[in-house]
Amino acid sequence: MTSVLYDVPGPKARARSRAISVLGIVLIVGGIVALAVVLGLPKTSANGAVQPGLWDASRWDVFNDVQVWRTLGIGALNTLRMAGVAAVLALIIGVLFSFGRGSDHAWVRVPTTVVLEFFRGMPVLLMMLFILLVFSTGSFWAGVAALAVYNGAIIGEALRAGIKALPSGQREAGLAIGLTPIATRFRIEFPQAFRQMLPIIIAQLVVLLKDTSLAFVVGYNELLRSGNYNLSQFFGNRYQFSFFFVVLAIYLTMNLSLSWLARRIAKRTGPQTGKLGKPDAAPPIDPNLVDPRALGAQSRSGL
Amino acid sequence: MDAVIDNLPTFLEGFRNTLGLLALAGIGAFILGILIAAMRISPVGSFRGFATVYTEVVRNTPLTLVLFFCAYLLPYLQFTPGYFQLAAIGLTVYTSPFVAEALRSGVNGVHVGQAEAARSIGLTFGQTLSFIVMPQAIRMVIPPLINVFIALAKNTSVAGAFFVFELFGAARQITNDRGDAVIAVLLAVAAFYLIITIPLGVIAGRIEKKVAVLR
Repeated sequence: MTSVLYDVPGPKARARSRAISVLGIVLIVGGIVALAVVLGLPKTSANGAVQPGLWDASRWDVFNDVQVWRTLGIGALNTLRMAGVAAVLALIIGVLFSFGRGSDHAWVRVPTTVVLEFFRGMPVLLMMLFILLVFSTGSFWAGVAALAVYNGAIIGEALRAGIKALPSGQREAGLAIGLTPIATRFRIEFPQAFRQMLPIIIAQLVVLLKDTSLAFVVGYNELLRSGNYNLSQFFGNRYQFSFFFVVLAIYLTMNLSLSWLARRIAKRTGPQTGKLGKPDAAPPIDPNLVDPRALGAQSRSGL
Repeated sequence: MDAVIDNLPTFLEGFRNTLGLLALAGIGAFILGILIAAMRISPVGSFRGFATVYTEVVRNTPLTLVLFFCAYLLPYLQFTPGYFQLAAIGLTVYTSPFVAEALRSGVNGVHVGQAEAARSIGLTFGQTLSFIVMPQAIRMVIPPLINVFIALAKNTSVAGAFFVFELFGAARQITNDRGDAVIAVLLAVAAFYLIITIPLGVIAGRIEKKVAVLR
């Protein structure tokens, strides 16, 4: 769009923009290098003791220990396990919610809507604490249940929006060939809506994976607790930064690869949904730019 | 129920701190988000690259990890403005890429034809932006921005786990004191959160409907 806003730049303007770009690179790289150098300087604490800088080998030697890596691995596995179980449950709950909200009977629809609004408006962390204290489930199931319910509510809204966006002819055709309303929903509408909303659902699953770190607070031994908290308690504050960077790297690897998958699926399903849905090919949905209208208000609550 | 009424001052103090965090981090994230969004759509390639990397990295980092950094590692570097301020910094950084994305998608959502039409009737770059593109973009941006702030309101609860006494911290303290009334206490805290989130959601929905008619 920017090219529309002004005339095509001539040689002078192009040279100037290149110069600014180079200057920008220098500024950014310089800032990062300066930060790294400052962090690497030995520091004197309040009582006069001198500690080595952050990049000093004595802060990183702990990673020679296999046990450390094993602890990190178990933490990462625990995180993935919680995310996996919660994702499956969230999908099931989401489907149920979408059917409940799209029901023809007001006595199903209205309570579902109220419950859904309640779940969406509440912090996941509070839900975890609630389940932990009220149902005494232990930290794993408290985390799983809270994540499943919360993300299920959001996925349910996405699916409902997907069903609503289908041309009404789909449902009418299903009813016309003698399918019951429920069968129509299951066999005609739902598969199309699911495919259309797949990128949004996967983006929500990335949020779910990120949110497993909240189980840290209720005492579950996931990556953050075992990596950052337990290990630096055990080996001492000296290694806190090293552990932080490693845990951050693991989280980024997991989340970015899942986000990348979401983007690929968004690209692949884009044109197909165009064929299935409206005659105008819908542009592929960027899962990171979830259209608020597709999910209704509060949809971005997943952050 | 009496557990809720007896501890009402504690709840209100927590609620005040939650609102404080929401306001502070909201304003901070808004300013930082505008900067990031401006870098993201700027013609300067290096700024664009930096903003993209920043957005991707921060958005894929769990909030708990960000706040852990603020609450444990920044004090270790002898940066100790107090836990409330540290949590506000963490929430600001965490929310800023979401604000930036909302802003950017709003500007990108304005149809190209609008800018083309403006240019073809002879408006300059500045006029095109200020009379044609921005008035439409701002309208489209408000609902997703409100959604970002709703999420921020809920995210402040994580600060309660890192030594800040806000609603979630209040919930933890009161449930420790009154183990017999856990359900009532937690429902009361949930109600306080809903006081913030539901009106914001309703406002966002209203504006969305209005915008939909206009376009």
